[in-house]
Amino acid sequence: MSRPRPEHVQVVKQRRDAALNALLDSVPYIQFLNVTFDRRGDELTAQLNFNEKHIGNPFLPAIHGGVTAAFLEITAMISLNWSHLWERIESGALDPEDMAKGHVPRQPKIIDFTVDYLRSGLPRDAYARATISRAGRRYASVHVEAWQDHKDKLFAQGTGHFLMPQDDGKS
Amino acid sequence: MADKTQLARQFIQAIPHAKELGLVLEDIGDGVARISMPYDTKLVGDPQSGVVAGGAVSAMMDTCCGAAVMCHPDAPGGTATIDLRIDYMRAATPGQTITTRATCHHITRNVAFVRAVAVDDDTDRPVATASGAFTVENGF
Repeated sequence: MSRPRPEHVQVVKQRRDAALNALLDSVPYIQFLNVTFDRRGDELTAQLNFNEKHIGNPFLPAIHGGVTAAFLEITAMISLNWSHLWERIESGALDPEDMAKGHVPRQPKIIDFTVDYLRSGLPRDAYARATISRAGRRYASVHVEAWQDHKDKLFAQGTGHFLMPQDDGKS
Repeated sequence: MADKTQLARQFIQAIPHAKELGLVLEDIGDGVARISMPYDTKLVGDPQSGVVAGGAVSAMMDTCCGAAVMCHPDAPGGTATIDLRIDYMRAATPGQTITTRATCHHITRNVAFVRAVAVDDDTDRPVATASGAFTVENGF
């Protein structure tokens, strides 16, 4: 009937946020698009922080379809990697401080990505969440949904397949 | 016809995000567009290898496909992406420019169908291919 005393709330938060930030800070393209992540426990919500440079059609104006695609891909990739590394972050096998120094495990490799553009992206922030439909040892399938004002009125959705990093070093 | 190509050229060159990515419109006309994206460290997706992010390649291919639609002889104006699928065949070699060639191979009153191939210096082995459906708009 004895369980170890739970960790202090700040210790838990600090570890998870440091690990997530290390994953995000290591990717220049995520900074370039200014995508940030909001974390609740292990759940992630990505945010595309609007910038005029995201515009694809200045007459409407609307967010560039390529920016939308990239935003969904980043959300899928980070969410998949986060879920893949979660156990090792929680167990202490991965040290967030070490990760922050650039010792980040290899990312999954993207195989393909399909984007379904449902309505035009308005010139304002956008949000996205990924669902990992299947996380196999070699392959993973990830679905992403993105919205702006109403979570049930999606402006885009996408599905991608990824090749998982093989820990035996064979890639 | 030359006017349409000129209009499409001006439109593509005025896209804020195309400028941000550093895209260069190499060639455009008759439903075919060629756009290049010089290597830039800010576009890197994997810091360990220095490979450009899949998202940056997607954004470039989406732009190139849209350009191919707009310069098609039967396209009356602008376009928007309905659906785009990208296959990533291999990592682009760090340091090399990526060039996409998109072809609008079929167009109806409402829908344009496009295919695209992206290569780096090793032009025999594509980095990525794309296929998509785009809207056909009367204005821009």
